[in-house]
Amino acid sequence: MDKFTKVTGVATPLMRQNVDTDLIIRIERLVDNVTRDGLGPYCFEQIRFKPDGSEDPDCIFNQEPYRGAPIILSRENFGCGSSREGAVWALKGMGIKTVIAPYFGDIFNNNCFQNGILPVPLPIEEIEQLADEMKASPGNARVTVDLENCTVVSPTGRTISFQIDARRQHAMLNGLDDIAQTMSRKGEIEAWQTGDKTARPWVWL
Amino acid sequence: MGKTLFDKIWDSHVITDLGSGFVLLHIDRLLLHDMSGGKALKEAIEKGYPPAQPRLTYGTPDHTMSTKPGRTEKTHPPGEPLILSMRETTKAYGIKLFDLGQDGQGIVHVMGPEQGLTLPGTTLVCGDSHTSTHGGMGALAFGIGSSELVHVIATQTMVQRKPKRLRASFEGALMPGVTAKDMILHLIGELGTAAGTGFSVEYAGSAVRALSVEARLTLCNLTIEMGARTGMVAPDDTTYEYLAGRDYAPKGAMWDRAVAHWRTLPTDPDAEFDREHSVDMKNVAPQITWGTSPEHVIAVDRAIPDPRTGPEEKRGAWEAALKYQGLEPGKPIEGTKVDWVFIGSCTNSRITDLRAAASIVRGRHKADHVTAWVVPGSVRIKAEAEAEGLDRVFLDAGFEWREPGCSMCLASNGERVPPGMRSVSTSNRNFVGRQGPGARTHLASPAMAAAAAIKGAIADVRKIG
Ligand code: SF4
Repeated sequence: MDKFTKVTGVATPLMRQNVDTDLIIRIERLVDNVTRDGLGPYCFEQIRFKPDGSEDPDCIFNQEPYRGAPIILSRENFGCGSSREGAVWALKGMGIKTVIAPYFGDIFNNNCFQNGILPVPLPIEEIEQLADEMKASPGNARVTVDLENCTVVSPTGRTISFQIDARRQHAMLNGLDDIAQTMSRKGEIEAWQTGDKTARPWVWL
Repeated sequence: MGKTLFDKIWDSHVITDLGSGFVLLHIDRLLLHDMSGGKALKEAIEKGYPPAQPRLTYGTPDHTMSTKPGRTEKTHPPGEPLILSMRETTKAYGIKLFDLGQDGQGIVHVMGPEQGLTLPGTTLVCGDSHTSTHGGMGALAFGIGSSELVHVIATQTMVQRKPKRLRASFEGALMPGVTAKDMILHLIGELGTAAGTGFSVEYAGSAVRALSVEARLTLCNLTIEMGARTGMVAPDDTTYEYLAGRDYAPKGAMWDRAVAHWRTLPTDPDAEFDREHSVDMKNVAPQITWGTSPEHVIAVDRAIPDPRTGPEEKRGAWEAALKYQGLEPGKPIEGTKVDWVFIGSCTNSRITDLRAAASIVRGRHKADHVTAWVVPGSVRIKAEAEAEGLDRVFLDAGFEWREPGCSMCLASNGERVPPGMRSVSTSNRNFVGRQGPGARTHLASPAMAAAAAIKGAIADVRKIG
């Protein structure tokens, strides 16, 4: 897993509710054998590009200073819908390191942690204020997300704390591999399975 | 204090407590499909982890191939490498694949229950958010991402945190024209698409008890559309009748032992939920979505909502949805002209769904300007429907009768609703572009979809009868 410690940069206010993973990446792009790393150009294509394939200048991702920004600010339920992990790969391909929203789709949230992207939950009022501060001084405004201290620092220097599970924080700071961690418990897994084969033999085909 | 159905299954699958709220959970069934199955197996193998329990792992292609009559994996070339890779990797590790052209192939969430692979009291995962469907059998089932999928292949376990519990109780008899699809759409309309985030859902109440297993699968299918990863219905005699004799279900003395165990699973009377919600079935009419989120739903005899009178925080989203859908607020939704009708998907492609649609279509013909497709959920359902003559009913009415697959539910197989066209679909997502770029989707039950095809417009199934 990729490490995440701290990021400082422009935060794009994509202030919508229910940004679903179909919007983040179209399913065809995941069929077309594009690699995990090659999805960036297709991220949010339905809003970044017009039907004729040209950039839509009204889309915030195409406007300065937000082009290539590493942080997204959003409203409730970011990443809801389909389980496609391609949504996280596409965000990563577009250079996104962290998304700040009141809360996230459950599966998307888990997928982020598997790929070194940090989903940061903050109250909507805080996010609205971050968006306002970004817009107030476009060009100079920067947001910092610090996983070690679990804080977000706003463009005007306000420090806001966020909550994250200790286990996930530790794994992300150190880039730990989930499978290797679980494999170290092989003995416990096998013992459970042996017991279950006696208790529920019909499950074991 | 008593335990819920969810807690009983969860607790009995905890291998060890990992601290800070996480546990290592055993996974009894892993289902694979073509979008991610082959890739995930390859990735696990490349990382040095061959499948831990190939005999608890089953696969079938559904997402990426054409459903055109006579199709093969070559009919939609972009999907072919995914299907070939799945074929190759499952064969190499002895994983059973219900392959294209074979008995048993179908949409993965249709295949599991149909084969008797999905059992009450088991944990089941699949790399697809609608895995919640299997909860209709009393299984604890949820969708996972690709990295989690590799983890399950490698270890047969998952690192998970226990969600909270929500019970949705539906009480009373179903009114005319109302199905499980209408029940769940109505619930999502009341609670919103985010109400279930962080929760597991149990569906209960007299109306749920009265549903067939197929209808319970439909109910659980849309659980993810209110944000919850898992939704379930307690197993009962209806479940056991459905399951008895299925290919992978236990048999003989083992069956009796299993049923005795399953009877201990339902929620204890004194068990507590973190949230309770109840729905009086008197208030549930046939539903249709108007917008671009499953929570944008109304009874078919209602007017299209006006953002100016809606909740303030939703105003922007409602306006954008109406613009995308090309609808005018305040007008009745009934009578809105429809171009496409899609009857299929893991929500509504089972035999009972096809019968319900056929009962509306029989002796009638689709409207001339409508393209109408019926895509059965599996090879077996297709055969069963044909034995009952349902294919003739649809074909005679001008519908297309196709091969099993996901088809127009998500447009990853070349099967799309053209831009700007309006479709009534029995699937589960009306997101922007879900059925193809620019496509306008209205979700409804199979009978409502059939009625729309006949009338050429959104129609109230109760008026057709
Ligand atoms: S039918 Fe649709 S929702 Fe169901 S598994 Fe296929 S693509 Fe997913």
